[in-house]
Amino acid sequence: MNILELENLSVEVEGKRILEDINLHLPEKSTMLFFGPNGSGKTTLLLTIAGMPGYNITSGSITLNGVDITSLDVDERARLGIGTGFQLPPEITGVKLRDMIKICAGGRPGDDLTKEERNLIKRFKLDDFINRDINLGFSGGEKKRAEMLQMMALKPKLLLLDEPDSGVDVESLKLIGRELQKYLKASGASAFIITHHGDILEHLDSKYACVLMDGRIWCRGNPREIYDTILARGYRECAECHVRHPMED
Amino acid sequence: MMGDKEKKRVSSLTDLPHEILEAAYKSGIEASEDKRSATYMYIDHSLVLSKVNEHFAGRLELLDTKDALDKYSWLQDYLWDIIEPDKDEVTKSVFEEFGGGYFIRIMAGARVEFPLQSCLMISGKKVKQKVHNIVIAEEGSEARIITGCSMHTKAERGEHLGVSEFFIKKDAKLNYTMIHNWSEQMKVRPRSATRLEENATFISNYILLSPVKDLQMYPMVYCEGVNAKTELNSIVYARGESRVDIGSGVVFNAAGCRGEIVSRVMAKENSNVKARAIIRGNASPAKGHLECKGLLLDDTSVIHAIPELVGARKDVDLSHEAAVGKIAEKEITYLMSRGLSRDDATSVIVRGFLDVDILGLPPNLQQEISSMVDKMDLGL
Ligand SMILES: Nc1ncnc2c1ncn2[C@@H]1O[C@H](COP(=O)(O)OP(=O)(O)O)[C@@H](O)[C@H]1O
Ligand SMILES: [Mg+2]
Repeated sequence: MNILELENLSVEVEGKRILEDINLHLPEKSTMLFFGPNGSGKTTLLLTIAGMPGYNITSGSITLNGVDITSLDVDERARLGIGTGFQLPPEITGVKLRDMIKICAGGRPGDDLTKEERNLIKRFKLDDFINRDINLGFSGGEKKRAEMLQMMALKPKLLLLDEPDSGVDVESLKLIGRELQKYLKASGASAFIITHHGDILEHLDSKYACVLMDGRIWCRGNPREIYDTILARGYRECAECHVRHPMED
Repeated sequence: MMGDKEKKRVSSLTDLPHEILEAAYKSGIEASEDKRSATYMYIDHSLVLSKVNEHFAGRLELLDTKDALDKYSWLQDYLWDIIEPDKDEVTKSVFEEFGGGYFIRIMAGARVEFPLQSCLMISGKKVKQKVHNIVIAEEGSEARIITGCSMHTKAERGEHLGVSEFFIKKDAKLNYTMIHNWSEQMKVRPRSATRLEENATFISNYILLSPVKDLQMYPMVYCEGVNAKTELNSIVYARGESRVDIGSGVVFNAAGCRGEIVSRVMAKENSNVKARAIIRGNASPAKGHLECKGLLLDDTSVIHAIPELVGARKDVDLSHEAAVGKIAEKEITYLMSRGLSRDDATSVIVRGFLDVDILGLPPNLQQEISSMVDKMDLGL
């Protein structure tokens, strides 16, 4: 069974074609890494799967656990088990991190935190942030930890994580990587992770990776091999390699 | 006196008719007086209750202004000391005649842990209430006051004219929270001013969540002593064709003063809000910041933010932030991505905007006021 299937997916943003004929199957209980240069369409793909408004699907379909979710709204998709960790999450005046945790857990803002939630907060070293307005004045790394913390409270079946490791210090990266892997293993959830760094691979048990360039999937393979190639020869090599070995799906 | 009969005095809030109490609760008044250091209740044109919790006897004094003027001749020096009687029609009218008001005095060095509460209510038809309040925080004292202004459901087309003068002496701290709960038919004209002496602190919170026909006020805080500090916060939710013109002003007239003005305004249903603020730096060094956030919930309302900074010394540091707009779509979709419907997401953002955490209240009082906000029908 696949947790996620994208079939012939093309997407426009503000009338501009960003993604072109994306085909992708993610088996359940698996983690897929997404690489690609800036502006290649990674965030667009992730937010299209999440169902964020403004990402106009011109053709193709998205299937979650065998259910066609192509025309569902973002909240409906969230309730079906999609959890999105944003690259640039917004600040919301007066809505606290603790409120976000309660909302993710299906409660109401202002509800008391459970013991389990308190432990989680402690593990993410966000004790000092729970009564602060979400993301307001958080550093880059603090935002990423807060996003991941919310994911742990939301308990999704499919995590969509947009650069969870960007702007994060070494220790926090280890923390995020380990907590994520622990959750994935314990829950049997799957993840779709955009990254520019290999470090997070150290903590993740992942067999799948893709390279996205110019709004198309350019290459698939083992995350470590792909990452090492990109590191050694850059994305240009991916382009040339693609010409030498056109992808068959 | 103003053609109305005197209201009967009571010895406890719970002696009051049920509807009166209900109206008082809506403006933050607490029925169990043992959680309050003192309670003052004034309805239409007369004092109904004025009582100091015996536990706090000697630490504070609470009287009707008229009685206090009879008792203390020195009080004449405070009356109209920081507000000019001929400032406008409202002050002129109160100068000519007033029915009462509260006189609160926190004794030198006293710590009053429980808030003092006062309630000014309009219960009759076409009542034109005129009060003069005086608050004196003596040297080194520390206290909190909650004032609720409210009206009875049967009240119609009333007017409230209130002059309030606050004197915060050296090293004293006063946290003053005012909750207004008026109606579509009320015209409201508070006129207040505060004078801060050396190292004094004044925190003022203003909360308006119910509709009001016409409200206009521009309380001023004068920092006259070195190192005086003030924070002026207001949360205004204008709806049901409210006309609100509200400002806050801080004047630095001594070195080392600091001031912050924060206002949050929401408007809908053909309402019009002018959110004014001014900080004047006449002495230095001094640091002031003002922040005004306006949220428009529909296309029928107008929020006009008018922040002003006036520096008259080179070493003043004055800044402001102002923003007016609708709820950001990305905030709504962020919450939706956590499983909330669009309506629920909107309501969470609106309630967050009305968050009373900005008021700098002690935790239990904050809890009280936020649960009061929770209970209010915000019409969301
Ligand atoms: N809201 C938008 N409006 C216009 N163009 C957009 C918008 N969002 C993304 N794009 C464009 O789509 C392309 C892909 O962006 P994005 O998906 O953010 O790339 P990545 O995440 O790989 O860096 C870029 O050229 C970007 O400028
Ligand atoms: Mg991106």
